[in-house]
Amino acid sequence: MELFFMSLTTGLMVGGIYALVALGWVLIYKCSGVLNLAMGELTLIGAYVTYTFHAIGVPFVPAVLLTLIVGIILGFLTERIFLDKLIGEPILAVIMVTVGLSFFLKGLIGYIWGSDTRVFTPPIFDIKPITVGILKISPVYLWSFILSIVLLIVFVAFFKYTRWGLSMQATADDETAALSLGVSARFVYAAAWAIAFMSAGVGGALLGNINGINISVGHLGLLVLPAVVLGGLNSVPGAIVGGIMIGLLQNFSGTYLDAYFPGGVKEIMPFAFMAVFLLFKPYGLWGWERIERV
Amino acid sequence: MERSEAILKINNIEVKYHEVILVLKGVSIEVPRGGIVALLGANGAGKSTTLKAISGLLKTEDGEVTDGAIEYEGKRIHHEGAAKIAKAGIIQVIEGRRVFEHLTVEENLKVGAHLRKTGSVKEGLQAVYHYFPRLLEKRSETAGFVSGGEQQMTVVGRALMTEPKLVLLDEPSMGLAPMLIHEIFNIIMKLNKEEKISILLVEQNAKLALSVAPYAYVMETGRIVMDDTSEQLSQNEDIKDFYLGLGDRGGKKSFRDVKHYKRRKRWLS
Repeated sequence: MELFFMSLTTGLMVGGIYALVALGWVLIYKCSGVLNLAMGELTLIGAYVTYTFHAIGVPFVPAVLLTLIVGIILGFLTERIFLDKLIGEPILAVIMVTVGLSFFLKGLIGYIWGSDTRVFTPPIFDIKPITVGILKISPVYLWSFILSIVLLIVFVAFFKYTRWGLSMQATADDETAALSLGVSARFVYAAAWAIAFMSAGVGGALLGNINGINISVGHLGLLVLPAVVLGGLNSVPGAIVGGIMIGLLQNFSGTYLDAYFPGGVKEIMPFAFMAVFLLFKPYGLWGWERIERV
Repeated sequence: MERSEAILKINNIEVKYHEVILVLKGVSIEVPRGGIVALLGANGAGKSTTLKAISGLLKTEDGEVTDGAIEYEGKRIHHEGAAKIAKAGIIQVIEGRRVFEHLTVEENLKVGAHLRKTGSVKEGLQAVYHYFPRLLEKRSETAGFVSGGEQQMTVVGRALMTEPKLVLLDEPSMGLAPMLIHEIFNIIMKLNKEEKISILLVEQNAKLALSVAPYAYVMETGRIVMDDTSEQLSQNEDIKDFYLGLGDRGGKKSFRDVKHYKRRKRWLS
């Protein structure tokens, strides 16, 4: 039973981070219809940037906030340099560019930070679990979870209640109509990339804080794909629920199935689940079904 | 032709799509400040293209104003981007009720508030609900699911939220029940009078358009073929025959009697 609760809490908390990364993914898809396959690298960059700030003496939380700012700048730059010229081109071309971008970023990361695993030293949060009732929780997980939930709330509130957020949703819905009201699509795309970079970056920082930072954080970033697809690609609540589901699924399968299918069932399970799930709900949990008037 | 000062002057513009397809071949239109001007014409005459040339949306479809000039409040705008033109106060209400389907009615309106300079969003919403009380009832419903008339109201209300100076209305009556058309046109006239919004109205329903706008232009295959006060136009034999369905021949007529082609030719010369 203890094992069960441990998987539950860990899953929940890692899921929170996945949700954060998934949100970035959903934002880009929602606004521009692009499936951003460089998301894993964005996560990785975030992790390294936070690490670098931390290494030069900035405390962790301010370092995360600085990562947010760097994320905005990098997001804008990426959009302006690589994707702006592709507006209006077939969506597949744009997706291929994100694949290219992912290789490029991976190379860049290797060039700047090398391939050794970096660890936050001294550890930011205590690894030793604290006990709450029957639950044992590492503060690392707990704080990461809290931080990601706070950021999720901020992003969702931004999206739902501010003019800019609404304009982004409007562009997602009907670009021409939004343009006719003076909402510039170019700005919206840039903003979407900036937010995606921010959320992925912070997610990466949190993940890196748990396991140390190396290229595998990027793979974790890609693990968010099933989360996003489960949630329904363009649904913000879907991304959050999907993220948490994947976190849980991963940890439970790691705990209970690893004995039967040794080696990596944890990594495969989310994708297998996604495939089966889509058979029954092709739009994901809350994906947009096309509203058609008859 | 005596006019008050014009808010919009289109001077003999030519529009090409993809740099080869010539769609507008010299169109000149003037919209007086605070006035309503109608633009009539059959399908494919170039009415919507004219509106898109003004609002700058043409550029998203790889179209371009290659000759002539569009002046808005004395400034040339035909090379500006759509977002900038909208910011200057020209808002196009695109044909076909393009609501943001997945947002609620009120959220749709709020997107319009994005450009608002003076006054709060709340005041803007109040103004819209004052003109369209129906929208108040439907404010929290998903815009994709409200009725066609309500969608049209949402789209016009959304334009109103931007505090526009000139609204380009593209076929607001399309696909709506006659009762609703009346309601919407009454509101449009009220907006023109009370909010001092100038309107360039594109319509296929010529009778309706001529009753709302005091001055009208008639377009055919990319040219303006006639322009006059609505009174004069309603008396014009050709307009009566082609657009108002009031041929003086009366009774049954075959296609041969109409001599469509010959008469149109005469205008073009």
